[in-house]
Amino acid sequence: MSDAVQRVSTPGVSDEVAIQIIGMHKWYGQFHVLKDINLTVRRGERIVVCGPSGSGKSTMIRCINRLEEHQQGQIIVDDIELTGNLKNIDAIRREVGMCFQHFNLFPHLTVLENCTLAPIWVRKVPKAQAEEIAMEFLNKVRIPEQAAKYPGQLSGGQQQRVAIARSLCMSPRIMLFDEPTSALDPEMIAEVLEVMVNLAETGMTMICVTHEMGFARKVADRVIFMDGGEIIEQNEPEEFFNNPQSERTQQFLSQILAH
Amino acid sequence: MATQSIDGPKRGSLLSDQRTRAIVFQALAFFLVAVFFIYIGTNTARNLEALGISTGFGFLDSPAGYDVAMSLIPYTATDTHGRVFFVGLLNTLSVAVTGIIAATILGVILGVLRLSKNWLVSKLVYWYVEVVRNVPLLLQILFWYGVLLGLPRVRDAIPVFETMFLSNRGFYLPRPVPGDGIGLIIIAFFVAVIAIPIIARAARKRQEQTGQIFPVFWTSAALIIGLPALAAIVTGFPLTFDYPEKGGFNFKGGMVLRPEFVALWFSLSIYTAGFIAEIVRAGIQAVSHGQTEAAFSLGLKPNWTMRMIVLPQALRVIVPPLTSQYLNLTKNSSLAIAIGYPDLVSTFGGTSLNQTGQAIEIIMMTMLVYLTISLLISMLMNYYNKRIALVER
Repeated sequence: MSDAVQRVSTPGVSDEVAIQIIGMHKWYGQFHVLKDINLTVRRGERIVVCGPSGSGKSTMIRCINRLEEHQQGQIIVDDIELTGNLKNIDAIRREVGMCFQHFNLFPHLTVLENCTLAPIWVRKVPKAQAEEIAMEFLNKVRIPEQAAKYPGQLSGGQQQRVAIARSLCMSPRIMLFDEPTSALDPEMIAEVLEVMVNLAETGMTMICVTHEMGFARKVADRVIFMDGGEIIEQNEPEEFFNNPQSERTQQFLSQILAH
Repeated sequence: MATQSIDGPKRGSLLSDQRTRAIVFQALAFFLVAVFFIYIGTNTARNLEALGISTGFGFLDSPAGYDVAMSLIPYTATDTHGRVFFVGLLNTLSVAVTGIIAATILGVILGVLRLSKNWLVSKLVYWYVEVVRNVPLLLQILFWYGVLLGLPRVRDAIPVFETMFLSNRGFYLPRPVPGDGIGLIIIAFFVAVIAIPIIARAARKRQEQTGQIFPVFWTSAALIIGLPALAAIVTGFPLTFDYPEKGGFNFKGGMVLRPEFVALWFSLSIYTAGFIAEIVRAGIQAVSHGQTEAAFSLGLKPNWTMRMIVLPQALRVIVPPLTSQYLNLTKNSSLAIAIGYPDLVSTFGGTSLNQTGQAIEIIMMTMLVYLTISLLISMLMNYYNKRIALVER
């Protein structure tokens, strides 16, 4: 492993807590998916979550914006606790953006409409202004020329970049990425990762579930390894990759870094 | 390779050539169909002549000579078969239109309830759908007709709110009688109808400029109820009701829904609603859950997600099979003959046919009517479908 990874330069991590998860458990029926998850994410921190499939990584980040409900413990996002209170859920969802493995763009709306829908209806932004903001972010993900097209006309990589722009239009303070490159061809992975690196440079708080270890080395402040619904190990990327502590982490790393 | 002609690929013999064969087979098929129809035509003409039955539509002007139990237009036994045709047609249309409306409302509600997270609700709808879809419609019509005939006689009719009565001769309801000034209420209603799209457009403009969301739905609802209500207050309630009163053998005044109509309308509605419920459920489920999750993660509330994300995508799956349910309901209304509801088939296509013997003309006219209604429904629904079709690429 080369140690000469070019780290991105970012505005540093602040002391302010963005997300706090305390003793969180989740069950699907009898199946114990998440076991005693404790995690504190600081504002501006970039975290990469990895682990074998079925380890609960996606479930964990989906709990943060309540796409999944946790049954025990606490999740506090931006000082708002996630409970059954619908107002809290709405407030948190407005602050937390999310990108999915399968993009989930709205196929009946154009790229521009995909980006302006939530700002117009949730943030009550005037249409012209919402479109201006949308074009700005479509510029940032480098596909402003596709604004009038429908998602079905775009490649996978383009769709994922639109999905990122769509989330950013809501000016979230936290971004969650659920395996954003797993459904993409290799040459498209690069274009999506590039956008994510650019986003990291702006100081966005990010939690990424991904197997892109190059991205982790370059961007992450912390890498978390999960297995069997538990956080097994977490460390700075350098330490994590070069000196993994647990046997399971070593095994996992040797498998995914083998090729 | 070297000897290949530049005129295109080489052709085989004429018999095995694809294009020649296609033409030959089509010509043959056309010839056979033509022969069939010529045979049928000449044969019918010869037989009718032998039986001494004259053809033509002259019978439409001759008096029908029989009564029809229910008619939306004035009709007596001395009217013509042509008038019977319209009486039957209107009866068919009234049961079909009201049935389609009721089946759609009930079906959509049931379809959404079927997806409810409430175990009891979703199971109840499940059993409703299974029972109603799997019992023959004719049996259901006979069943409900039997139930309605089991109601007490007029003398012991069951009062509802003191103004309506259920009896085995039908449901007796108060009949609205318009008084002076009713015109103002009607005008108020139409003013509301015209105002709504104007308000909706203004609301959209304002939202585009300021971002403020205007509650168009509730304003519209308030207008459409409020304006006529206001007009009614101003004019001093010019609408009175003619209440049914119990007479010796029958009710006097009011208006009546005949048990035949109610039984047919009710069975057609609940039967078709079972199918529509499944169509609606399938349509909503066809929209991937990822769409809802993406909308939620953007902060959209569940009802907006349903309206702006899920329904537009579900409708394109729902509308085509919904069309065939509407067609089925309309055609199934001809089962009216089983309980004596005077629809087109049982009056014009039944009694008139028996009396005049003009089987060919009457059956052709009746079939043409159903064909026309069905094609109209198809056309409307196809137009709607095209409007909501998903523009994806």
